[in-house]
Amino acid sequence: MSNQIIDPGRWVGEEGDPDTQEVTRRRVLAYLVAAPVLTIAVKVVDSVVGADPAGATPGLPDIFDLTDAITLAALPTMGLLVVEITPQNRVIVRLPREEVGQGLTTSFAQIVADELGARLSDTEVVLEDARPELLFNQLTGGSNSIHALYGPMRDAAAAARARLITAAAQQWGVPAGSLAAANTAVTGSGRSATFGELTTAAAGVLIPAVPATRKDPSQFTLIGQPTNRVDARDVVTGRVKYANDLDVPGAKPTVVARPPTIKGTVAAVANEAAVRAMPGVLGVARVPSGVAVMAETFDQALKARDALVITWNPGPLAGLSDPQIRNQLQAGALPFVVPPLGVLAIDRSFDFAFLPHAPLETLNCVADVRADRAEIWVPSKAPIAAAAKVAEAVGLPASAVTLHVIRAGGSFGRRLFPDAAVDAAQCSEALGRPVKLLYTRADDMHHGRMRPASHHKIRATHLLGNVLAFEHRMAAIELDLGHGLGDALTAVGFDLLKFGGGKTVHQLTQKVPYNFGVETQLLNDVFLPFPTSPWRSIYSGQAATANEIMVDEIARGLRKDPVAFRRQTLTLGRARAVLDKVASAGQWGRAMPAGTAQGVAMWEEYKGVVAFLAEIDCRDRAKPRVTKGVCAVDVGRAVNPTGLAAQMQGAFTDGISATLQAGVHIDNGAVRESSYTDFRYARMRHSALEVAVHVMPPTGEPGGSGELGYPAAAAAVANAYARATGTLPTSFPIAG
Amino acid sequence: MPNFTFILNGETTTVDAPADMAMLWVLRDMLGVTGPKYGCGVGVCQACTSHLDGGAFQPCITPVSECAARVITTIEGLAVGEILHPVQQAWIDEDVAQCGYCQAGQIMAAVALLASNPNPTDADIDTLENVCRCGTYVRIRKAIKRAAAG
Repeated sequence: MSNQIIDPGRWVGEEGDPDTQEVTRRRVLAYLVAAPVLTIAVKVVDSVVGADPAGATPGLPDIFDLTDAITLAALPTMGLLVVEITPQNRVIVRLPREEVGQGLTTSFAQIVADELGARLSDTEVVLEDARPELLFNQLTGGSNSIHALYGPMRDAAAAARARLITAAAQQWGVPAGSLAAANTAVTGSGRSATFGELTTAAAGVLIPAVPATRKDPSQFTLIGQPTNRVDARDVVTGRVKYANDLDVPGAKPTVVARPPTIKGTVAAVANEAAVRAMPGVLGVARVPSGVAVMAETFDQALKARDALVITWNPGPLAGLSDPQIRNQLQAGALPFVVPPLGVLAIDRSFDFAFLPHAPLETLNCVADVRADRAEIWVPSKAPIAAAAKVAEAVGLPASAVTLHVIRAGGSFGRRLFPDAAVDAAQCSEALGRPVKLLYTRADDMHHGRMRPASHHKIRATHLLGNVLAFEHRMAAIELDLGHGLGDALTAVGFDLLKFGGGKTVHQLTQKVPYNFGVETQLLNDVFLPFPTSPWRSIYSGQAATANEIMVDEIARGLRKDPVAFRRQTLTLGRARAVLDKVASAGQWGRAMPAGTAQGVAMWEEYKGVVAFLAEIDCRDRAKPRVTKGVCAVDVGRAVNPTGLAAQMQGAFTDGISATLQAGVHIDNGAVRESSYTDFRYARMRHSALEVAVHVMPPTGEPGGSGELGYPAAAAAVANAYARATGTLPTSFPIAG
Repeated sequence: MPNFTFILNGETTTVDAPADMAMLWVLRDMLGVTGPKYGCGVGVCQACTSHLDGGAFQPCITPVSECAARVITTIEGLAVGEILHPVQQAWIDEDVAQCGYCQAGQIMAAVALLASNPNPTDADIDTLENVCRCGTYVRIRKAIKRAAAG
């Protein structure tokens, strides 16, 4: 079946003439919106049909991967991306995505400003409210945003530019071809006018007099240029507003007393009246998540919450602890196909603990639920699904819910789910007032979502120095994909009921970038009702990390150097190039003291390839310190190399944290850790002193970057640890 | 409730609050000063780091009574008008921020470090406890060194 899929990479974000495509699956049309000022939207005019990826065989990611699937789902509604020019000479881009720190607002400002001929400082990207008509085009996930919207956004900007130039030509009575757009103005024939001065006239230009085509990349002035964040000044002066910083009239501080076990419930509250009478308390109410307390200040709300005497019913996982979970996972991994062939087989197994996202901004939401409508302010990566869940939870039609997307203080996958929005809406409904709901850090750790714990067994079978078969069996606690990604995958033809959402995503993402003969990677879900969510890199965070550790083990078994072995077996030239880059820039193989070592790893996903080299000092075994990182990354085309480097540096810190020291434990159906005291995400003293990132020259169109780096970063740290200590780490985090 | 008076970002400010009220909530809920962020409430993540008489402190674990008659500076009070503090400028120049949520606390902690130690070594910088969940530490380190180099 897989050979029937036409290269989906040609459907979106490609330059090139659509006429040369044998089947026109994509034709982006930029069109003028009837408005007093120039407003351009884009839409896809040809429907997308035909692909049947669900029946494909293993090896699917070669030609059709998760990036393609999400892009494909978003295509029909590209029409609702909007670029507007105001009379004040501001370029407003309405982005149906969330800014979680990955820098989308900067990258899209670069993309639009460059294509339009505007100054970056005149360009502003605003986050679009939930718009149900956008269907699957308002999901920020799968590192897909730049890949999916790069082309359509440029089309919108090019259409606007052509109309601004035409308007100026008409006003000045000169040929449009003699004019050019730059610095947020049209100039030529000795005259100049700002876009703001032209926007009203341009709004009436139905047919531009110059082609509304995208620039040739050789003409780029902003795309590809290292660019600092457009919001940097607001960040360093404290002006950025997160949801809990908003001054929504009447919204009062609210916290919820939550059960001691995951998904526990309230049995009885002994002193509700007494707590209601405490200073500043405005309300106490039972809600599905526990007992909500509202007060004039969070200080009072927290004190009142602490004073509540509640009897709790245990949650569905009570009695379950790490050892039993590990046993279930180990029993859940499917058997290998190739029998063990003595010295020819290398078998290894790995365990990964639950891993919370723990963004620094805890879950929070402002909600104002009335009898006939609701208004929500929340950091959300899937706002349409969130609005729908809110409507369902408080018994309103979906059309009665307005949901504002507020920038997030980190996500890493956590904000795909509407938990805080639903919780806040239910609090507002129960308390009869607008609420400003805050999860404390302990609430967030105990009742937030996590990357599922997993077990992996891997067998490599080799002969005469060549790997003939590579088998990976992963068993993981079922990953919840009910945030909209599952719907998007269903929309483009995946039969999730038949295959399961987890298996579909696993199949769309897992493929080793090496010639390892017959490769089978299979996932088996273990069904335990833990709250889970994709964590940066989804399954690759564990599966690809384990694979890259295994690659080092195979190399060791074959008595080959890890870099030389990878070079020899990699399938893609792009992958060899990034590997070579880290090996040379990182002085692979340099002499190092005993107890210290280098490690290398790589990964290929999201239309990109990346390699990391880590140096670690394990001379104090209790306190391993990663001292240096070197990264080379090729995402096809880096819109903002500075931002891309930031993503790789952040992924490296994640790799240090999750590999060496950060994870959580389950005791009797509850998460043991409560804060960053015991969930030991890296601090400055654990982080590398230097992480050099080499951004490779363009090799195509932009892929994704947010999740690309993590598996290689985590595995490079693990491989360095193994080489420094002579001990293969098999359970993560290594610190236990 | 008792009154407490302090200098907040250069202005004399009086609040009527319980003596044990955490300063973070005095700032955020009573005074609308939202630069200091809630991240843990127990003085661990240090996202709320601000200055008390010029030294770094965590408002989330400091009662308002301890702030009486003292000078408090939050991130909002660090720049002089539109002129940024050199540490803020270094943060922009090194493009430190990702999600930005911890960065006010990071900057205030760095300013306090540099005030007591104008040329910190890597080991000195390693003593900073502020959590950055986006993992921007390598750029924070560079920004501190840039600010120190003047």
